[in-house]
Amino acid sequence: MLELAHFQVISAALFAIGIYGVLARRSAVLVLMSIELMLNAVNINLIGFAAYGDFTEGQRALGQVLIIFIITIAAAELALAIAIILRLYRNRSSVNVDDMNLLKW
Amino acid sequence: MTLTQGIYIVIGAAALLVFLSMMTLALTWLERKTLARIQMRMGPMRVGFHGALQPIADALKLVSKEDILPSWADRRIYWLAPLAVFVPAFLLWVTIPVARDVALANLDLGLFYIVAISVLSVMGLVMAGWSSANKYAMLGGLRAAGQLVSYEIPFIMAILAVAMLAQTLNLREIVAAQSTFAYALILPLSLFLFLTAGLAELGRTPFDIHHAESEVVGGPFVEYSGAHWAVFFLAEYINTFTIAALTALLFLGGWGWPTMPFDGLAHSALSVLWFMVKTYAVILVIFWIRGTYPRLRIDQLMAFGWKLLVPLSFVNIVLVGAVLFYGLPLWVLSLLSVITLAITFYIIVRNAGTRMERNTVSVYSAASLRR
Amino acid sequence: MIITASLVLFYVAGAITLGGALVVVMSRNIVYAAFGLLASMVGVAGLFLIALAEFLALAQLLIYGGAVVIVILFALMLTRIEDFENLSDHPQWPIAAVVAIAVFGVIAATIIGTAAPESERVSLSFTALGSSLFTEWAIAFEVASLILLVALIGAVVMVRTSRGRD
Repeated sequence: MLELAHFQVISAALFAIGIYGVLARRSAVLVLMSIELMLNAVNINLIGFAAYGDFTEGQRALGQVLIIFIITIAAAELALAIAIILRLYRNRSSVNVDDMNLLKW
Repeated sequence: MTLTQGIYIVIGAAALLVFLSMMTLALTWLERKTLARIQMRMGPMRVGFHGALQPIADALKLVSKEDILPSWADRRIYWLAPLAVFVPAFLLWVTIPVARDVALANLDLGLFYIVAISVLSVMGLVMAGWSSANKYAMLGGLRAAGQLVSYEIPFIMAILAVAMLAQTLNLREIVAAQSTFAYALILPLSLFLFLTAGLAELGRTPFDIHHAESEVVGGPFVEYSGAHWAVFFLAEYINTFTIAALTALLFLGGWGWPTMPFDGLAHSALSVLWFMVKTYAVILVIFWIRGTYPRLRIDQLMAFGWKLLVPLSFVNIVLVGAVLFYGLPLWVLSLLSVITLAITFYIIVRNAGTRMERNTVSVYSAASLRR
Repeated sequence: MIITASLVLFYVAGAITLGGALVVVMSRNIVYAAFGLLASMVGVAGLFLIALAEFLALAQLLIYGGAVVIVILFALMLTRIEDFENLSDHPQWPIAAVVAIAVFGVIAATIIGTAAPESERVSLSFTALGSSLFTEWAIAFEVASLILLVALIGAVVMVRTSRGRD
């Protein structure tokens, strides 16, 4: 029997993998990909609730509308982040997040 | 999902595969014959009547050829790439109906499904290009990515105009909505956009820069041979057939225009026949274009896509929206469409062979190089 | 526990999602990571489909499968990273693993500890979704489109090389 908990556990696992990627990877592109994974974990959670929750149709629609907005904003964020990475690469010939330490103590 | 449903799906998929393979074989023969006629040649004549069995001989040759793996290639992605191109091409046909009652699944989101799935085939080309470890393959893969992503926009916008007019995304209902007038009469601008962007999506002449033999020697497919190359080939012809079928369904009224007289099985049979006639008419146009147009340069391709087709597709949407919003009669729309199309053709003719931008390509004379 | 077709499909889609995600965070080769991301996104689209949200599943395929992965691949090709095929992890990776497992543990424990109401999946027609998006949330929709426009213009301005320099 497929339940809400299934979606939530998958979502939590994907989110945890994303966190690991953000903390452990060095390449900025990979950090970006991990952030995409985390955003998708949120989407899975939302769709689980939208499908299973005890809601009216308008509330269900809101759940899906929210996912559409998240996908949109994720795309915008990705475009900007890729632009920043390209700019960083031109200035410092590296996309390694450890090398971007000018603002660090 | 019961067992009978599962069996039905397997049988349907197998039948679809056989149908599409047959169509591919027919298309290769037809293409060679058409091109030969355009170039005042005979084309294949040896195998069978007027070379009718030539495609089968070709297929046997391809399958019996050796599969070569370049030593620097990335093995896993290299073998996966043909599949990544073929599967979306095949999946598209799940929802395309060939007659009112003949389709694997009549999805309510049919058009959106087609748009979403057709995007995926880009990945296969990029995978093939990257994994071949060949500079021409890499260049071809990147060219393919740039080209397909650019032409996706006018392609989707042209489809969107049809969806706005038909008020549905279901392909069967779109055909039904055209029972009085085929949309080619109402939306000639959309038809132009769809066919042009569709040709670019297919990577057929004049938009075949990603596997242009004289520039990138076959693009992403340079290193492939034998059965794996055959899979790419199959996918390409299935895609050609898909674009032609979609043109017939979305703009030429499919089987529904003019209306079929019978009902039941006779209706289905006649519908399939009628649909095929229209599809093959579009395919002949595509082959005709291939036989008569030179290839675009890559900067011309991008300029044509972004500076002409994309704005034009927005104009198209605005025209359809305005006519629908103010409830104007549909002939106003076809008039506006034709006027826009005429202006476009005027612009194209005026700017034929777009002037070379500075710094894009440097041309050296042989004398200057020898110095 | 009853095994149903939707449960099997769910496990397949979930395995693709998590497997792709693991490739993203584990692989030594950055192009593999990009293809792993693609697999993961296709898996998420499958999960959407199982949650009876066909429109979102297709949108996911369209946006992630078509656009996002291509953009990432382009970024890879443009940056010419030297250690393209031999990525190293940050030395703090064990801590990262502990944090990730802890987060997963806390969330999973909360999920299992919370009694969820027994209910069936309910689908939402895409016409209802469309009318909600374009009437109730129309202003948010417009703002989102504006954000996209601003982001894209910003991206173009940022990566543009001025002629003469560079």
